[in-house]
Amino acid sequence: MADYLFYIFSFITVLTVLLMIFQKNPLASALLLILGFFSLAALYILLHAPFIAALQILVYAGAIMVLFVFVIMLLNLKKTVSPPDTGWIKKTLIFLVGSVLFLFFVFAFFCIPETLFPAVSEGFGSPEKIGELLFSKYIIAFELIDILLLAGIVGAVLLGKKET
Amino acid sequence: MSYWVTLILKISIPFVLIFSLVPFLVWLERKGSAYIQDRPGPNRAAILGLRLGGLLHPLADVIKLIFKENIMPARAHRFFYILAPGLALFVASITYLVIPFAEPTLINNELFYFQGAHLNIGILYILALSSLGVYALLLAGWSSNNKFALLGGLRSASQMISYELSLGLALISLIMWTGSLAINDIIVSQTHLPWHWNFIFDPIAFLVFFIAVFAETNRTPFDLPEGESELVAGYHVEYSSLKFAMFFMAEYVHIIIASALMAALFFGGWQIPFVSSSFLREHCSSFVFFGLIFTACFLLLLGIILITNNKKIHYKDLRDFESVIMGVFLLLLGLSCLVYVLLFGKAPLSDNAVIWITAFLQGCVFLFKILVFCWIFIWVRWTLPRMRYDQLMKLGWKILLPLSMANIIVTAIRMIITNG
Amino acid sequence: MTLFPVTIHHYLILSALLFCLGFIGIIIRRNLLIILMCLEVMLNAVNLTFVALARYYLQEDGHIITLFVMAIAAVEAAIGLGIVLTLFRNKESVRTDRFTAMKG
Repeated sequence: MADYLFYIFSFITVLTVLLMIFQKNPLASALLLILGFFSLAALYILLHAPFIAALQILVYAGAIMVLFVFVIMLLNLKKTVSPPDTGWIKKTLIFLVGSVLFLFFVFAFFCIPETLFPAVSEGFGSPEKIGELLFSKYIIAFELIDILLLAGIVGAVLLGKKET
Repeated sequence: MSYWVTLILKISIPFVLIFSLVPFLVWLERKGSAYIQDRPGPNRAAILGLRLGGLLHPLADVIKLIFKENIMPARAHRFFYILAPGLALFVASITYLVIPFAEPTLINNELFYFQGAHLNIGILYILALSSLGVYALLLAGWSSNNKFALLGGLRSASQMISYELSLGLALISLIMWTGSLAINDIIVSQTHLPWHWNFIFDPIAFLVFFIAVFAETNRTPFDLPEGESELVAGYHVEYSSLKFAMFFMAEYVHIIIASALMAALFFGGWQIPFVSSSFLREHCSSFVFFGLIFTACFLLLLGIILITNNKKIHYKDLRDFESVIMGVFLLLLGLSCLVYVLLFGKAPLSDNAVIWITAFLQGCVFLFKILVFCWIFIWVRWTLPRMRYDQLMKLGWKILLPLSMANIIVTAIRMIITNG
Repeated sequence: MTLFPVTIHHYLILSALLFCLGFIGIIIRRNLLIILMCLEVMLNAVNLTFVALARYYLQEDGHIITLFVMAIAAVEAAIGLGIVLTLFRNKESVRTDRFTAMKG
């Protein structure tokens, strides 16, 4: 059952990302990406990571993409008209480079010996476990991320101010 | 019963309950606002002459909305225009799955949860879904191809995301104390004694949550985006018949869910005050006995009052005998309760019946608390004036956000002092 | 389809595919907002890798790193969109081929 779900959700993810890249209307791209984030969250749930799945929807689909949609609406971007983005020569070259990169990754990933996933314990991926790790082993990184977020907030407010 | 049957029942029974509370809430709003404004309220819609105090008005509303003309603005973006109300209703209608209606009990040696989905990340699921509700407003405002709608949609969306932050932070102090994200654990940790409930334990979190949830559901005093006199109904100005009904329903479902959250997180949820679950289970048959006697007396009294209410024959049709009909109905209900009590008395009930009756009583108490909070929503709407947009933003960012952050620090210090 | 049970390789190939799709999207498209969105796709592919490997090795450290990547992606999206707004105010366009003032 979980296998079927993996194939369904991975198909939805790849399809939405592919469609998103080739849309003319940026709002349609944003909405397709939100759908892709949803199916990615479903994949996280299949991987026994419910906390990360909920955060994916909260942060990515619920905050970052809202920012994107806000900016698209504020800038009043409609469908892009011609000229097209890139010529066909460049597109085929990029496609070749992309597939070479993909084959390189696939080759690198097959270093892991092929075994199935081990059985998972009861509280794997639960907020308690993540909290324990976050506040003991990764506390310094946590505090640094705090400072980074503060810098980001100040920077974003500054960039958004109108010049008077 | 098999797994799938119980799952379908667990999902559909609260769904039907919530969606049948929506027309009741519409009626409550119109009648309640009428009595606050010292007027009788809607009392005309009738079936076969029975007016039922205006309870048929929501049905009349739905029928009217279905038969209105379905407008599609000329240069609106078709797909987003149709998607927006559907998204709003979808997000509103899957939030109830993590709210428990009764205590989890052992049935056939297996813990049976009275909620649609037993997730260990309950509150996070609700917060994630309220972040998604913003998209419905944005898309509705943008796709209507109307400057007022766009402004209303952007304002409403920015208001919602500002107050989402304070909402989440207010809940963090609660989660810190309870140690779990599941709503059931929070309800269990507030015991049955009302002075252990979270609104006394953490009043600042309750206050911040209360104010933030008004802004999240776009209710007065924060309904500037949909204010009729300010922005011509904001983001749903171009929506006509069924699509407008979907926005309307979504708003009321949001109100019900927000009241359910307040009742669950701060007022003990399904806990009956002063009656713990074990006490209820031991003395179940006497609870049923006295409860039925009380209900029977109440219904009989009400029925007799309604029947003997002497009205002049004014309309010369069925409307004159309305109170008699309702009185007879209530009298019959009361008599059936009395018959049950006389037949069975205080007979001991089987274990299965005890479990289900306990769950039913706890569910009824939860429903009562939800209705009290819905009434508070309606009461506040017709009492307080609307806040201006900059005052709203100032409240959200400059007052509520630092308050909730300070509350987290204070709760952390309290935890250290009391737990050691 | 339990003939092909899902192994770690399936997830890693999926995330590699998403990464390469995002990469192709960044190079092909000229609209700044679409470029930023494809960047988010690449970051999500990396997140998927971390979570899949955390599941494979049964350590929650992968989840923690995913949290950090999400936080950084949020900050980067906010600042990136601020830059897009500033550019739009100056040039009235979000296409990358219009910003050629420093060319040559």
